[in-house]
Amino acid sequence: MNNLIENISLQSQPGSKLKYTAKDFQSDQEVRWCPGCGDYSILAQAQRIMPDIGIPKHQIVFVSGIGCSSRFPYYMDTYGFHGIHGRATAIASGVKLAQPDLSVWVVTGDGDGMSIGGNHLIHLLRRNIDVNVLLFNNQIYGLTKGQYSPTSEKGKITKSTPYGSLDYPFNPASLALGASATFVARTLDRDPKHLQSILKRAHDHKGTSFVEIYQNCNVFNDGAFLQFTEKETKDDSVIYLEHGKPLVFGKEKDKGIRLNGFSPEVVSLKDGKVSIHDLLVHNETDTTLSFILADMTYHSHMPRPLGVFLSIERPTYESEMQRQIEFAKEKRGEGNMAKLLNSGETWTIQ
Amino acid sequence: MEEKKLRNLDEATIRFAGDSGDGMQLAGTQFTNTTAILGNDLSTLPDYPAEIRAPQGTTSGVSGFQIHFGSTEINTPGDSCDMLVAMNAAALKVNLPSLIKGGSIIANTDGFNDKNLKLAGYSSNPLKDESLSTYQVFEVDITKLTITSLQEMNLSSKLVDRSKNFFALGMMYWLYDRPLEPTLKWLAEKFADKPDIREANIRVLKAGWNYGETTELFKVRYAVAPARLAPGKYRNITGNQATAWGLMAAAQKAKIDLFLGSYPITPASDILHELSIYKNFRVKTFQAEDEIAGITSAIGASFAGALGATTTSGPGFSLKTEALGLAVMVELPLVVVNVQRGGPSTGLPTKTEQADLLQALYGRNGEAPIPVIAAATPSDCFNAIYESVRIAIKYMTPVICLTDGYLGNGSEPWFIPDYEKLPDISPHFRTDPEGFFPYERDAVTLARPWAIPGTPGLEHRIGGLEKQNISGNINYEPENHELMVHLRSEKVARIANDIPPAEVEGDQQGDVLVVGWGSTYGAIKTAVQRHRAKGHRVSLLHLRYLNPMQKNIGEIISRFKTILVPELNLGQLIKIIRANYLVPAVGLNKVQGAPFLAEEIELKIDELIKGH
Ligand code: SF4
Repeated sequence: MNNLIENISLQSQPGSKLKYTAKDFQSDQEVRWCPGCGDYSILAQAQRIMPDIGIPKHQIVFVSGIGCSSRFPYYMDTYGFHGIHGRATAIASGVKLAQPDLSVWVVTGDGDGMSIGGNHLIHLLRRNIDVNVLLFNNQIYGLTKGQYSPTSEKGKITKSTPYGSLDYPFNPASLALGASATFVARTLDRDPKHLQSILKRAHDHKGTSFVEIYQNCNVFNDGAFLQFTEKETKDDSVIYLEHGKPLVFGKEKDKGIRLNGFSPEVVSLKDGKVSIHDLLVHNETDTTLSFILADMTYHSHMPRPLGVFLSIERPTYESEMQRQIEFAKEKRGEGNMAKLLNSGETWTIQ
Repeated sequence: MEEKKLRNLDEATIRFAGDSGDGMQLAGTQFTNTTAILGNDLSTLPDYPAEIRAPQGTTSGVSGFQIHFGSTEINTPGDSCDMLVAMNAAALKVNLPSLIKGGSIIANTDGFNDKNLKLAGYSSNPLKDESLSTYQVFEVDITKLTITSLQEMNLSSKLVDRSKNFFALGMMYWLYDRPLEPTLKWLAEKFADKPDIREANIRVLKAGWNYGETTELFKVRYAVAPARLAPGKYRNITGNQATAWGLMAAAQKAKIDLFLGSYPITPASDILHELSIYKNFRVKTFQAEDEIAGITSAIGASFAGALGATTTSGPGFSLKTEALGLAVMVELPLVVVNVQRGGPSTGLPTKTEQADLLQALYGRNGEAPIPVIAAATPSDCFNAIYESVRIAIKYMTPVICLTDGYLGNGSEPWFIPDYEKLPDISPHFRTDPEGFFPYERDAVTLARPWAIPGTPGLEHRIGGLEKQNISGNINYEPENHELMVHLRSEKVARIANDIPPAEVEGDQQGDVLVVGWGSTYGAIKTAVQRHRAKGHRVSLLHLRYLNPMQKNIGEIISRFKTILVPELNLGQLIKIIRANYLVPAVGLNKVQGAPFLAEEIELKIDELIKGH
């Protein structure tokens, strides 16, 4: 296998020309999401960016759990593993640690990733294994036909909560930051360009990349993100985070975010009292700031932040693992089983 | 001073017992290693509470370590001990029932003060009343002697107190004529940078030995000559260490990485600890966030071409259930070690049991056949896991390897195998894209190809949904499902063509055949040997392969009048034997968190013979 892997890494030398198109990443399987489902756009954007990331497709692995989104790997003409509910992150960890050269992607949902798989997700994030997690958040259980999910708003009326759900929702970005993620971003299905750019950033980041993707489930939770996608409302409801740029939003670019103590507040740039220089400037490498920005999520008077909340460097788990392996080899030499079996206290019977 | 007598023994069984903080496991392990180096055959039974420090001085906090050693073949840790070291009253109370009548007790008198007696539930001091009159009691104030020997060193009283196990050990070394050197060497290495502790333990160890030499108390010491084992090189090994080394040896043989995804759990954690050391052997250990991540990360690693393995015990094994089904479905090599312990639920974490057999065989949703292999002795864990890996890779299947707490913690001398001569394990990684189908099978083994990410042209998708035969695409058609269920089952069944036939120990036919599996081997073997010595027609059939079973089992069983199946559960293998071979097998069952005594099996055989 060693030889096999060496051969492979030769072929993926940077600079080797890979002339893929999006079509090369479409598998022969018929896509079976409901017509109009937001998953289609996400699949299309992922297939579109794959030629750009410069990785041969035999070196790409998509891993998923269970749920509508988790059918994703079947539609990508790469290696794929459709796992069991909630465990995609753990399976992907094993794949990546076994072969650190692979480009490993996890596709999960709000139920798969935050409910049954919440534990594995937070541990993946703190370990910082170089895996890209795409969490399709549709705020509902789609595959099981419409129960509330861990990201559904409190009071949600569904089949399992006829009087309204009682649980307060997770904010995936805050959860990821709390788990010491090194890359946290949010995007949405209806903004292909933004989605593509975030996917590429996720790929480029060394370490676990966590991408929350707002995804419309038009069958069981239609319009959950309408406010952030429709022309009439989106400009006033969304703020795009851009590194080094002041936080400005609104149709007329006439509103901004200013820090008042540790709390962000919406200010108007119209009346001349506040200038663009007073606004908060986004810094992707500022961990504290990322918490503040992510926390804006469920405040109704705040625009919803999209973009990269945080992107920082921390050694990846697999590189540290490799370092220990090298250290052990240096100290003890390449393992020799026959020698080990005969080492220590032994005695011979004639 | 009167010359002490040296008496030769064929075998001896001694037990160190004290509070769980008294270091009895360490004393026992040291005695074991020294005894192994002397060339005795031996078997050990560590027995300790689940709590790290159970309430001091109480019976629930007693920790014991029994070692049976001899110049003859030793198969069990001994039904009873001849010599009991009791560091306190509770240790005496708990362990007295396992001391033979007329046996010796070395009692640490300091451990029999009023408080200790009360905590142990004694109304009068057994050292002072007549209750121990049938035993030979040696009263030694181990605590005080330890303090005295360390007087000049100015150590904390805690450190002094912690050293008294070495006094007991030194005394036992003297009594059984063992050298101090192996333990001195161990101390020098272990406490290389803790000179205080090293020096204290050395002094106390020597003080214990010298005490034996000079005291008027002991008139006799014992010698146990080396065993007449098969010629060759030996080492002492515990079951968990043998399991770890077997995994490494198999992965090395297969020339692939070993990936261990595991979550700490008693009594399996030592396998994880052991493997974590050997990163220079292409070993990657991953302490996962839970049992499920342990197994699923291992499945992921197997998908990527490593040997995925996970180690656990009862409750953890339950948690892995769903993932085991996934491994069956995706048909990847995977080895799962279950170091069984008393259940259900948290049960008896530090005690042994064999009650997970049916779970291993059947505990999954759907028709999910998995090969199951069991180890018979501590050192046999090496062979059992090695064979598990061979099958997992050759047949592209998860394999469950069953050991148990007794095997995992127990130790014995091990005839070191010749690594070069271990069976071949060669994974066949598919590289040719031409005509590649993920679920096309080998005509003989029915194994599907191992096509790992990173291989150009073999991009494919697998998962837990039913597969279409050959293509591996998702498929829900009724006929296809039925075909796949049969194929998965047939694949596992065919392993029976690839394993050696079962062998009977003893006559090939007769009155009673004792059928066993797992760690009961030593006790059953001893019981059978005792009957055979009396001329009874009793034989032993010990099963390594629980699924699939060897092809000649039914035929062997048919040659005996009565089938006895002793198990540390309420009768699990017996169900399989009855169902598969339609025989009215008789069970002998024990669920006390402890191994069988050979005597218990011997009596049962007696009963069956008389019934003839
Ligand atoms: S149920 Fe909702 S999320 Fe699932 S495929 Fe249909 S539209 Fe998409």
